[in-house]
Amino acid sequence: MNLNTVTKIRRPGSLDEIGSWRPSYAWLAGGTWLFSEPQIATDTLIDLDSLGWTPLTATPDGLEIAATCRVADLHAFKGPPEWKAVPLFRDCIDAFLMSFKIWNAATIGGNIVMSLPAGAMISLTAALEGVCTLWPRDGAPRTVPIVDFVTGNHRNVLQPGELLRSIHLPATALAKRYAMRQMSLTRLGQSAALIVATVDDDGRDFLLTITASTPRPIHLRFERIPTAAELRHAIDERLPADGYFQDVHGSAAYKQHVTAYFAEQIRAELA
Amino acid sequence: MSRYEINGHLFAAEPKPGQCLRTFLRDLEVFGVKKGCDAGDCGACTVWIDGKPFHSCLVPAFRAEGRKVTTIEGLASSGEMHPVQKAFHDAQAFQCGYCAAGMVMTVASMGANQKADLPHALKGNLCRCTGYRSITDALNGKCNIESDVAGKACGASLPNPFTDDILTGKARYTMDVAMPGMLHLKVLRSPHAHARIVGIDRTAALAVPGVVAVYTWEDVPRRLYSTALHEDHLVDPDDTYMLDNVARFAGQRVAAVVAESEGAAEAGCRAIHVEYEVLPAVFDPVEAMEPGAPLLHDKDVLTKEGNVYCDLKGEIGNIARGFEEAHAIHELTYSTSRVQHVHLETHGSIAWRGEDNRWHVRTSSQGPFAAQKKLCYLMGLKARDLHVFTERVGGGFGGKQEMISEDLVLFAAMKLGRPVKWEWTREDEFLGGTTRHQMTTHVKLGARKDGTLTAMDVRVVSNTGAYGNHGSETLAAAMGSPIAAYRCDNKRGAGYAVYTNMVPGGGFRGYGASQTTFAIECAIDELARLLAIDPMEMRRRNVVRPGDNIESIWQEPSDASFGSYGILECLEIVERELAKGNGVAKPGGDHWAEGTGVALAMLECGPPTEHRSGAEMRLLADGTYHLAVGSSEMGNGITTAHKQMAAAVLGVRATDIAIINADTDRTPYDTGTFASTGTVVAGKAVHIAAEAMRDDILAFASRHTGMDPVQCRLENDAVVCGDKRIPLDALHAAGAKTDHHFAVSRKAYLSPRTIAFNVQGVRLAVHRVTGEIRILHSVHAADIGRPINPMQCRGQLDGAVAMGYGWALTENMVHEAGHMVNPQLRNYRIPAYADTPHTDIFFADTVDSIGPLGAKSQGECGINPVAPAVANALADATGIRFAHLPFTPDRIFAELAEKP
Ligand SMILES: Cc1cc2nc3c(=O)[nH]c(=O)nc-3n(C[C@@H](O)[C@@H](O)[C@H](O)COP(=O)(O)OP(=O)(O)OC[C@H]3O[C@@H](n4cnc5c(N)ncnc54)[C@H](O)[C@@H]3O)c2cc1C
Ligand code: FES
Ligand code: FES
Repeated sequence: MNLNTVTKIRRPGSLDEIGSWRPSYAWLAGGTWLFSEPQIATDTLIDLDSLGWTPLTATPDGLEIAATCRVADLHAFKGPPEWKAVPLFRDCIDAFLMSFKIWNAATIGGNIVMSLPAGAMISLTAALEGVCTLWPRDGAPRTVPIVDFVTGNHRNVLQPGELLRSIHLPATALAKRYAMRQMSLTRLGQSAALIVATVDDDGRDFLLTITASTPRPIHLRFERIPTAAELRHAIDERLPADGYFQDVHGSAAYKQHVTAYFAEQIRAELA
Repeated sequence: MSRYEINGHLFAAEPKPGQCLRTFLRDLEVFGVKKGCDAGDCGACTVWIDGKPFHSCLVPAFRAEGRKVTTIEGLASSGEMHPVQKAFHDAQAFQCGYCAAGMVMTVASMGANQKADLPHALKGNLCRCTGYRSITDALNGKCNIESDVAGKACGASLPNPFTDDILTGKARYTMDVAMPGMLHLKVLRSPHAHARIVGIDRTAALAVPGVVAVYTWEDVPRRLYSTALHEDHLVDPDDTYMLDNVARFAGQRVAAVVAESEGAAEAGCRAIHVEYEVLPAVFDPVEAMEPGAPLLHDKDVLTKEGNVYCDLKGEIGNIARGFEEAHAIHELTYSTSRVQHVHLETHGSIAWRGEDNRWHVRTSSQGPFAAQKKLCYLMGLKARDLHVFTERVGGGFGGKQEMISEDLVLFAAMKLGRPVKWEWTREDEFLGGTTRHQMTTHVKLGARKDGTLTAMDVRVVSNTGAYGNHGSETLAAAMGSPIAAYRCDNKRGAGYAVYTNMVPGGGFRGYGASQTTFAIECAIDELARLLAIDPMEMRRRNVVRPGDNIESIWQEPSDASFGSYGILECLEIVERELAKGNGVAKPGGDHWAEGTGVALAMLECGPPTEHRSGAEMRLLADGTYHLAVGSSEMGNGITTAHKQMAAAVLGVRATDIAIINADTDRTPYDTGTFASTGTVVAGKAVHIAAEAMRDDILAFASRHTGMDPVQCRLENDAVVCGDKRIPLDALHAAGAKTDHHFAVSRKAYLSPRTIAFNVQGVRLAVHRVTGEIRILHSVHAADIGRPINPMQCRGQLDGAVAMGYGWALTENMVHEAGHMVNPQLRNYRIPAYADTPHTDIFFADTVDSIGPLGAKSQGECGINPVAPAVANALADATGIRFAHLPFTPDRIFAELAEKP
């Protein structure tokens, strides 16, 4: 929709051009959320595309995803064979409510910064132990693991004007086996729960990532694949009934219920 | 100036900084780009940028600079339709056509993998009309149309006459016009569910650059009316002001701002300062009925009933005796949810003063004539000074049987002397449109061992919301056909439509009957289970038959009458098809439970209150015909059907009949296209007008040739008198010499009303842990008389059944203290492609003796048996009766036995 309060678009070639940050500024990534609702507090959009970041850089250390990388680019990515978790990219992208046409516009960074429970790129990068690089307006870049980046529904650690520059997925995580389950109240709809677990080939380092059913991503790490009881216990310990996210895409009680069910299915699948 | 290449043409233009590509294209009069949501959910705005598809409402316009933009208008090359356009043409993969541009642009961009996985690939394209079946047909290269042969038009699957315009983006929907000097109107909506306006300060709003005027309750005519459209305005309560000093629901319009741009109008709305005195509010109709509940209306509608706007009671036989005779009794409270029409084209109207010095209102309405009457009343205009019309309407479903967008634009245009437009947003629809009435229905049924019903007792509480509008008529419908569908000596009913501080209910496909059908059809199943009788058999035994009194809870004789009777055949079809199966097995794994359910619905074809339609026909100088009908076309296919009906009588091709419709200047009066009247009332007018046309031609030909009238007959484009053949153009020329006009006009009214039936069968699987429901087999049989256009009839049923699945499984307007939590399509889910099962549709072989050319109503009733059939299948699968819609997994999982 038209953002009628926006009176200026800035297309900086470098971040130095921006000057001091104002609360009425917003970074423009894909624009797919920004243009989907009125943004009456915003009068200036700063176009990140004009910075010309390389979308994807694969190195032996892992995959560097620029915040401005389009969902479509990630969907098309083919990693080396030892990165067994690459198919999870597509599984998570398919879990989006958004259509493939929006993939052409929406960015990985935009989705993470939105910090919505159903942010499938949060699910993906959290499960693959991603680490964000943040560029504050002043001061040195800092890094934050994705699980800690998102602090609640539509909340994260970004300071005003701070930029999410990129997300690094370590090669060690990309090499793990994984299993994933997703549930939505409607067919291919918005996620009520998106649960992923990864594990090393030798059954070590079992990492369960709970998303969508909770306001923010939750990691539960086990040295070895846990038993059903251990897993159940760990989930309940970490997530009491009020730890789940209630919205029109699923009641909290339901999300708790399917989280436990899927977590066990995934555990059994990887065991 | 920046350069944009749109459909091969270069434009130098500068979008506004925050402008999206969708409106930028439309500002350049590329009107094929539509808006269903403006938020990325519906896909109606899909265009290509450098060959890649995008939702143009989400694309910042500046990003298209220097790139190639292709819209539906640019898809055809050198006059040849794109293969996807052709496929949509042949399959007739649209009804109102509003989604078609975006659908075509999306499908035409798909690769083979995507075409093989449409549930994913069509995630971002919503269609409210078709149930996606015809869209699938298009993708499968299926041709659904037949050729138009003179004398054989009736009963043929002829294409929509506007097909090419719709598929190439040329068809003009309500907002698809540009006008010099256009002003834009936006409304400020109440943030409170119940509040008195103590003061409004508009100074800051008027200071916003571009704002031209601000109107509040102090400015508009203080006349009470109802926004509901009916022939007899007295059936709806006069309880509404154009703008009021009391807000009775959150979302009620409080002030209107008119400005040079939509942005300025919005800014003006934000700048208005309103001081409210917040009043206690009540949202639940049962609480609202209690003494001491906050009263909503203190005007002349106040009765001793308090918030009860309307109550209906009746009894036939003796209900107490009926229950004494029963061997089994089922009693339960059922409830249905509040849902929205979500016609893909939102409401919108444009008003201006014409060169003829009259007022013109271009609008998206199901009843332009009734709207004209109301507007005249409100503004003190004479009907001759006001022209109200529709061009193409992008869906209605009852939501446009309401005058809610025309009044303010006309008022502002009259004040300001400039054209004024108000285009609703999707959020406006959810907050300020109408909804299906939420109803709670207590049902008690008794039957003898053999299944014979002995007593039916039904109590309905309908939440009409803040205004009465369709409250009493929908309540009457709720107390009518669903109860009358069964023969039973003892029936009793009590119904209440109650004011609350909720968004008002309105007319919605199925019109009140849907809600009671849900309750009764569930209850009939439960009773059958108690008696260990097959539910199908239970219905067969008790459904009303020719010769029975067609009566609900009232003694008075009804004007409903069997012009044909096909329910038994429908039941048989559904039973047969379910037994035969479709080979779809339940998913693998232990947790899936499978069940089958059926439900029936009866429809009295047309409203019990007044309704009338006129049709005019002319023979034109070139020997073809012109037909003018007042009824609206909003995707229901009625113009196609009307052409076919006239063509059948006159023995020509449907294309030989040009048609215009729904225009108070150019067509005769029509109450409106709702309550299933397009076929049975307007169609009847067309039928008798065409007969009058034929008789007029034959009478003239007989005089002209001196032949006896019995020797004269029409033969396609000529009249044959004895052995003489006079082409119709020659006959017209002869007539012109003697000042014979070859013009006729006829009116139709509605009584008696014939009766139609629908039966839905569902086989489903439900996952006992996750609560997920999968429809495995969906069968629908309709007793709609002779199909004038079988393809269209099937399409109407596809759409109605899909909407029924939406009501049962996905849709729910969630409110907290009167505030809607999910007023976006992203959060209020109408069925997408992936949600919509394929339905096998069958017709009973009936020809009606009351409806025109043997036809009955077809677009409305298909929705009614769907939700109860799903509920019955769920009960069959799980042994649990779910009595409250919708059945989303999170609402049912807790009761499903197994725990992980
Ligand atoms: C139809 C539809 C379906 C959707 N479905 C889903 C879904 O299933 N799950 C889900 O999570 N979301 C969904 N969304 C919402 C949203 O998350 C997506 O639109 C998308 O992920 C946003 O990405 P973008 O690049 O378009 O961001 P933008 O709209 O450009 O920006 C989003 C926000 O992030 C800020 N921002 C963007 N990039 C950066 C950066 N690098 N550093 C700092 N701030 C930044 C912006 O200023 C803005 O506040 C949906 C949206 C639509 C329209
Ligand atoms: S109008 Fe753009 S997706 Fe609905
Ligand atoms: S035809 Fe698809 S919305 Fe009407």
